[in-house]
Amino acid sequence: MSPLVARGLRKRFGGDEVVCGVDLEVAAGECFGLLGPNGAGKTTTLKLCLGLTEADAGEIRLLGEPVPARAREARAGVGVVPQFDNLDPDFTVAENLLVYGRYFDLEDAQIAPRIPGLLEFAGLAGRAASKIATLSGGMKRRLTLARSLVNDPRVLFMDEPTTGLDPQARHLIWERLRRLRQAGRTLILTTHFMEEAERLCTRVAIMDRGRIIVEGPPRALIATHIEPQVLEVHGPGVEAWMERARAHAPRVERAGETVFCYAQNVDAAIASLAGHAELVYLHRPANLEDLFLKLTGRDLRD
Amino acid sequence: MTNAHLYSLPALSLRSVAVWRRHFLVWRKLAVPSILGNLADPLLMLFGLGYGLGAVIGSVDGTSYFAFLAGGILGSSAMYAATFESLYSAFSRMHVQKTWEAIVNAPMTLEDVLAGEWIWAATKSLAAGLCMLVVISAFGFAVWPQALAAIAVVALLGLAFAGLGLAINALASGYDYFSYYMTLVLTPMMMLSGVFFPVDKLPGLVQAVCQVLPLYHGVALVRPLLAGTMPEGALLHVAVLLGYAIAGFYAATVLTRRRLLQ
Repeated sequence: MSPLVARGLRKRFGGDEVVCGVDLEVAAGECFGLLGPNGAGKTTTLKLCLGLTEADAGEIRLLGEPVPARAREARAGVGVVPQFDNLDPDFTVAENLLVYGRYFDLEDAQIAPRIPGLLEFAGLAGRAASKIATLSGGMKRRLTLARSLVNDPRVLFMDEPTTGLDPQARHLIWERLRRLRQAGRTLILTTHFMEEAERLCTRVAIMDRGRIIVEGPPRALIATHIEPQVLEVHGPGVEAWMERARAHAPRVERAGETVFCYAQNVDAAIASLAGHAELVYLHRPANLEDLFLKLTGRDLRD
Repeated sequence: MTNAHLYSLPALSLRSVAVWRRHFLVWRKLAVPSILGNLADPLLMLFGLGYGLGAVIGSVDGTSYFAFLAGGILGSSAMYAATFESLYSAFSRMHVQKTWEAIVNAPMTLEDVLAGEWIWAATKSLAAGLCMLVVISAFGFAVWPQALAAIAVVALLGLAFAGLGLAINALASGYDYFSYYMTLVLTPMMMLSGVFFPVDKLPGLVQAVCQVLPLYHGVALVRPLLAGTMPEGALLHVAVLLGYAIAGFYAATVLTRRRLLQ
């Protein structure tokens, strides 16, 4: 049985329905990404699946246990990396792991031998006695990840695991997450970094306004839903050029001062730029972000 | 969350011990300043008023004013210790540090967290009460072993005020919110509970108000126990304190569910 199966999830906060009929199934060993703009309902969906908030309708089974009825039993086999670090500032690095392990009803004698391995994994070997305030943002994030592994979970839930990190720190987290998947753990994460989803996830679902609008492996989704090549053009007079570009590309969009041309082949569009030295262009393959913007629109979400 | 769930009785579990142990580990790191903080205020009050005012007043209800005040201050120090822990400290853990959120991501429930907070805040009352009792006893104002029963009352006062404090905590928008509770509820309660003066000289209507205050019942138990005598109507006093403890914790559970789970 799949570690996570959710059917027909609905959740209303006040007058707004933030999750409107979500179905999810995540198989063992997958890295599943839940993508969506701010306010799409990603975090609420995760909370429903963990039994931290109660659905208005729908059924959830997490590690075979019905949620929320047996959420405690289900969470015993789950690790959670929250969106914002909530490490204990009064404790050292090692104490954070020890105290968190106790919440899983583990004896100190069971937790203590795991700590060196967890610190090694987090790249914090030698920092066992450090205060949390002395850690960098990336170190805190890695410690939060290590803390989520203290119960040796089969499934990990991660809410925006790399938000706010610099590229070095982000790459290190990605590398660790790949290791976890190779070790056979199931990963479920939310993100709004399309690059992250494309690199890490075996399957993604794009969510908008409480609904899943498309679902599948990232490369397959891009191939199915979007033209393979993209030309981005900006510079003075780009509006006039945009009208001519429509003859060379089936889909031409403008966002602010930049024009995006999507086509099977953008060679003709590039050729039409000859003699327009003032226009700057970038030719690249289509990615998940293009798909995301096509499906959820370019309007700001606050 | 359905209304049935919102108002259902809290399911208590031994898992809350892990929450208590977390708080205890933090406290151990800061034990000395914490104990001094808990003790300084009540001791200054006891010695300042006890000797200063006591010299003017002489005796109250047949004992020295110092002995009279000792029982009152022991009760009120228990009230304040549990209140501070369940308001300011619990709010930090719930709202600022998101410690509660981290805990419920593990196989722990909100009830486990609240029960851990509740028992922990009462533990702080007990610790403050024990320290006070050592001092009071050193000055010869406690009769043993009857004073041991006063310790149990202090713990019960802790549970009563921790329950109320956690209920207020669930309603708070920020730390400022707590000043209302402290100045509009606790300070008048201290005046009307027989801490500083016997309430039987007050007008009848005011006395009736005193009868509903948990601290009044706590002091009514602690004072005779320190003097080595059996309190009058002890069962009623204990029942009122138990009622506040249980009702307070239930209210805290419902209000916190409403705040965090909906």
